[in-house]
Amino acid sequence: MSNGSRPLSPHLQIYRPQITSVLSISHRVTGLGLAVGTLLMVWWLLAAAAGPESYARAAGFMGSFFGLLLLFGWTFALWFHFCAGIRHLIWDTGYALELPKVYLGGWIVIGTSVGLTILTWIIALIAW
Amino acid sequence: MASTSSNPGLRTQLGRVRGLGSAKAGSQHWWMSRLTSIALIPLTLWFVFGALSIVGDGHAAAVAWLRSPFSAIMMILFVGVTFQHTASGIQVVLEDYVHNEWVKVAAIIAAKFLCFVLAVAGIFAVLKIAFGG
Repeated sequence: MSNGSRPLSPHLQIYRPQITSVLSISHRVTGLGLAVGTLLMVWWLLAAAAGPESYARAAGFMGSFFGLLLLFGWTFALWFHFCAGIRHLIWDTGYALELPKVYLGGWIVIGTSVGLTILTWIIALIAW
Repeated sequence: MASTSSNPGLRTQLGRVRGLGSAKAGSQHWWMSRLTSIALIPLTLWFVFGALSIVGDGHAAAVAWLRSPFSAIMMILFVGVTFQHTASGIQVVLEDYVHNEWVKVAAIIAAKFLCFVLAVAGIFAVLKIAFGG
C-alpha cells in the first residue's frame, strides 16, 4: 500500500506529549523492560538452585553499581506497570473513563509508583 | 460466503456465529492478559516482600525461603503467570509495530519459545531447591 502524499493523522512526532499518551507508552516500555528483567530473576533462581558459589556470583552482580542501577530501574518499572495495570483493570470495568478522572488516575499512578519505589529501596537498604 | 438479507453486513453468518473476529481468536488473548494481570497483583506483592526479606542474606537464606512448600508454590505460580503475561504482552507489541508478516510471525514464535524456556528453567530451579537441591 502506497501512502503517497496523502495527509496523515497526527502521530507521535507531531502530537504534544500529554499525560494520557505518555503514560500509555510508558506502560508498554516498562512492560518490555520487565520482560528483560525476567532474565535476571531466572538467573537468580538458577543460581540459588546451583549452589553458594553461583549464588554469590549472581548476588555480586546485583550488588555492583551497574546491578543496583538496573534493579532500581526495574523496581520503578515494576511498580509503574503494577499501578498502571490496575488502572487498566479499573477501566475494563467501565469506571473512571471520564477525562478528569483519567488525568487524576494518571497522577495517582505516577505518585504511587514513585512512592512505592522509594519505599522499596528504603526497606532494601535497611535490610541489606 | 453467502450473505442474506437478514445479514446486512459483509460478514458471513458462519463468521458471526463463530464470533472470532479479524484476530481469529475472539477475546481469548485479551481475557488471558486480564486473568494473568489480576493474578500477578498478589503474586508480585508476595515476591517483592519475600525478596526484601532475604536481601543481602546470602545463599542459605534464599534456599530456606524458597524451600518451604508455600514459598515454592507461590514462586512457581509467580514464574509461570509472569511468563504467560510477558509472552502475551510481547505478542501485542510485535503485532502493533512489526509490519512484515514473516518477521512478525518469526518474532512472535521466538518470543513465545524464549518465554516458555525461561518459565521452565525458573520452575525447575524452584523444584530443585524445594526437593532438596
